[in-house]
Amino acid sequence: MTSQVSSPAEQTDGAVVGDVVGEQRKASTEKEVRRLDRVIIRFAGDSGDGMQLTGDRFTSETASFGNDLSTLPNFPAEIRAPAGTLPGVSSFQLHFADHDILTPGDAPSVLVAMNPAALKANIGDVPRGAEVIVNTDEFTKRAMQKVGYDTNPLDDGSLDGYSVHPVPLTTLTVEALKEFDLSRKDAGRSKNMFALGLLSWMYHRPTDGTETFLRQKFAKKPEIMKANLAAFRAGWNFGETTEDFAVSYEVLPAAKAFPTGTYRNISGNLALSYGLVAAGKQADLPLYLGSYPITPASDILHELSKHKNFGVRTFQAEDEIAGIGAALGAAFGGSLAVTTTSGPGVALKSETIGLAVSLELPLLIVDIQRGGPSTGLPTKTEQADLLQAMYGRNGEAPVPIVAPQTPADCFDAAIEAARIALTYRTPVFLLSDGYLANGSEPWRIPEVDELPDLRTQFAQGPNHTLDDGTEVFWPYKRDPETLARPWAIPGTPGLEHRIGGIEKQDGTGNISYDPANHDFMVRTRQAKIDGIQVPDLEVDDPTGEARLLVLGWGSTYGPITAAVRRLRTAGQSVAQAHLRHLNPFPRNLGEVLKRYDKVVVPEMNLGQLATLLRAKYLVDALSYNQVNGMPFKAEQLATALKEAIDG
Amino acid sequence: MAETITEGPGTIEALSLVPKAEAKQSMKDFKSDQEVRWCPGCGDYAVLAAVQGFMPELGLAKENIVFVSGIGCSSRFPYYMNTYGMHSIHGRAPAIATGLASSRRDLSVWVVTGDGDALSIGGNHLIHALRRNVNLKILLFNNRIYGLTKGQYSPTSEVGKITKSTPMGSLDAPFNPVSLAIGAEASFVARTVDSDRKHLTSVLREAAAHPGTALVEIYQNCNIFNDGAFEVLKDKQQAEEAVIRLEHGQPIRFGVDGAKGVVRDSLTGDLKVVDVTEANQSQILVHDAHSASPTTAFALSRLADPDTLHHTPIGVFRSTDRPVYDTLMSDQLDTAIEQNGKGDLGALLAGGDTWTVVG
Repeated sequence: MTSQVSSPAEQTDGAVVGDVVGEQRKASTEKEVRRLDRVIIRFAGDSGDGMQLTGDRFTSETASFGNDLSTLPNFPAEIRAPAGTLPGVSSFQLHFADHDILTPGDAPSVLVAMNPAALKANIGDVPRGAEVIVNTDEFTKRAMQKVGYDTNPLDDGSLDGYSVHPVPLTTLTVEALKEFDLSRKDAGRSKNMFALGLLSWMYHRPTDGTETFLRQKFAKKPEIMKANLAAFRAGWNFGETTEDFAVSYEVLPAAKAFPTGTYRNISGNLALSYGLVAAGKQADLPLYLGSYPITPASDILHELSKHKNFGVRTFQAEDEIAGIGAALGAAFGGSLAVTTTSGPGVALKSETIGLAVSLELPLLIVDIQRGGPSTGLPTKTEQADLLQAMYGRNGEAPVPIVAPQTPADCFDAAIEAARIALTYRTPVFLLSDGYLANGSEPWRIPEVDELPDLRTQFAQGPNHTLDDGTEVFWPYKRDPETLARPWAIPGTPGLEHRIGGIEKQDGTGNISYDPANHDFMVRTRQAKIDGIQVPDLEVDDPTGEARLLVLGWGSTYGPITAAVRRLRTAGQSVAQAHLRHLNPFPRNLGEVLKRYDKVVVPEMNLGQLATLLRAKYLVDALSYNQVNGMPFKAEQLATALKEAIDG
Repeated sequence: MAETITEGPGTIEALSLVPKAEAKQSMKDFKSDQEVRWCPGCGDYAVLAAVQGFMPELGLAKENIVFVSGIGCSSRFPYYMNTYGMHSIHGRAPAIATGLASSRRDLSVWVVTGDGDALSIGGNHLIHALRRNVNLKILLFNNRIYGLTKGQYSPTSEVGKITKSTPMGSLDAPFNPVSLAIGAEASFVARTVDSDRKHLTSVLREAAAHPGTALVEIYQNCNIFNDGAFEVLKDKQQAEEAVIRLEHGQPIRFGVDGAKGVVRDSLTGDLKVVDVTEANQSQILVHDAHSASPTTAFALSRLADPDTLHHTPIGVFRSTDRPVYDTLMSDQLDTAIEQNGKGDLGALLAGGDTWTVVG
């Protein structure tokens, strides 16, 4: 959640285990129940073990219970990397709390490791004292050797200090499913549901949602449905009865962290998809998506293709270029046009984006950034496409840039990008990233009548009078306020006109190679983008005494805010601001930067925003960078900021 | 109200959703106020005149006609048509036109492209537009040379061609655009020649009437960089032997007095040219443009010698009914509304597992 609610627990955001804030006994059990303010669970297993599904289900249960939460799915690019290997490990981290939280958490308080590879790949992130649940069935000599364990970590002392729960998950699952007509292998597949049941018991999660989910998912395979339900319940019962798990935990709903309203849990890509559907609806224009599948953007194509009853057309093109080409064609025809991609796709679309700049048609370019260059790290996050979005075209081709800052914020950012595109008749970049795309958090569902009105007017008739009195239509005669040109769509009588990538004469839009005209048009296109109305940058500086400003953009919002809270809890004064608009920058940005002795810019790149700030405002912005494919950890960031304050 | 059109688009399935012109149109209505800037003597002038001259025949509201082009000499075409138009970027016109046509079924969308634009940089978009069968009419101006960049060989240039970029002769085997289109599942493929206005117009007429993607290859003379490339097909005497005019339902015969004909080789199944005799007259292939199988159309496309252009068929190779992409796309929207009701944004946003926080 993004709201600023103070809580004594803020300073511990990311610590090993949350404070025990109360203890109570549950009537139905002999076991002790402890109350925690927050928990970070990481499920880890083989790519084929269903860890993402397990995490998703646990998240849904947690969301419906009313905790605040933040998630971090982390999986390899390979669909099924060789079983039992380190590169094949897939994990899902979930942070949930009885208060407002901002990140998926730095360090898990519970690790569920489905095999030796999952243990080896993840234990480094898990602090001593944390609980580690391992599937002992998979700890065979061969499996351990495969990942370089010479001795069994479960009994060689290397896990000393952890609270280890060795559970033969596979055996228990197979045993629970013996009445079903399933092979040992098939029965074993449900072990993730057994683990989910166990964790659901451990943290008092509601189970109805998962039962309903399983019934729906396997409606056409009743045997599999029953087996999964049985495994899920067996896991729950195992927790209830086995002595190994002496304690279960409660994390109360985060009622105080949430403003009144109806909530759901939502991932960035889903929120972004809904934002696009909503933008089409609010603009009263048909939505047209031209796209080519690419990780981590494909989910938006999948999602939008489900909503044809909203008049949404989705076109899976032959390549990235055709994806944006079709979108641009649809924009010419009067659709709210979108193309979705990631960095490599943006590179391929560059020439068409330049054409869209020249045509001055509304177009949304959604870039779900991932690790680069080239293919890079397809399933990991990065913010290194900022300069590509800003400058990656031939000629002077300015394009507005909007960046969402949390998964749920992708909804509002999509609507804002559409507003700019439609108002100013320009392509607009929406720069999300892999972390926002796949991560999730609770979202207060907006009322439709709260959403902005995006309706725009197509040109209907002549807009210019020639010297001889003739009324004509000039496709490049601009609105004096926005500098937008008229959007005249085919089918409108009398407005037949031709547009193209060759420089056009101001006003008439006819081909022009006139030097003075080109100079004028280049400057005018720039002025149009520079003149886009964006809200002033708000600075959060509660004491008003901060000498250091930390300025971020995009998905670093959560970690930066968590780090800033830690510093403030420790008595430091630090100001924080976050940019939603990267082009144009808010009008007051220069003034804000000059207010502070130091400006620190944390980015998941090598300093791209810092470069822009230095160039434009001559400010000695300090870059703090991380490009390891993962979001910042709040603790590290807090340390770095503390050093900047002290240094 | 001016004279109404009583026949034309209403009877043409491909254009049934395109509004009709209220008044009778003339060629003049389709000429824009822009000065035409092709080289004097360019074959493009003839094609432009033929298209402008033919458009009134369709009787469509000209504001519902759009010409989309890529880059190259021929791609300046939209500027000269007094319709809506877009001069886009190199090779991408079919993709852009696909977005336009699939979102606006009330438009008649034409793509103007060249051999470099369509077959080299834009080859991918061309084949995919053809396989999808989007309601586009693609006019491929083939002059077998790069004109706008001043005379490099193109993907249809003959092997060994000496150009600025191939002083020792081109090494590339050329594409045969008709073969390529048929291989790409095109539902309508035709070939015509810039200088034969009557034939060109008749092919355009059939293309316009075709529901789905129509590819029309137009042999077009570049009098600056590849002059006379199609002379053998234009010179009256040589053309007798070189040109095979395809007409649906007619035996495929050509030459002086139809002395030559096309038959199927009984051993290979391939087609070959023979002198027509009493004995083989009954075996002369009857052209079936509507055949569901592309096999014979493909074999016809292979008859021409790529170097000499002897035995070049012109006319409609293939014209078959296949579901049209934009219709299918639109049908899916209708079906989705039938099945799920018209989209309700509030319900969509509030879907999934929700919980309520009360103050």
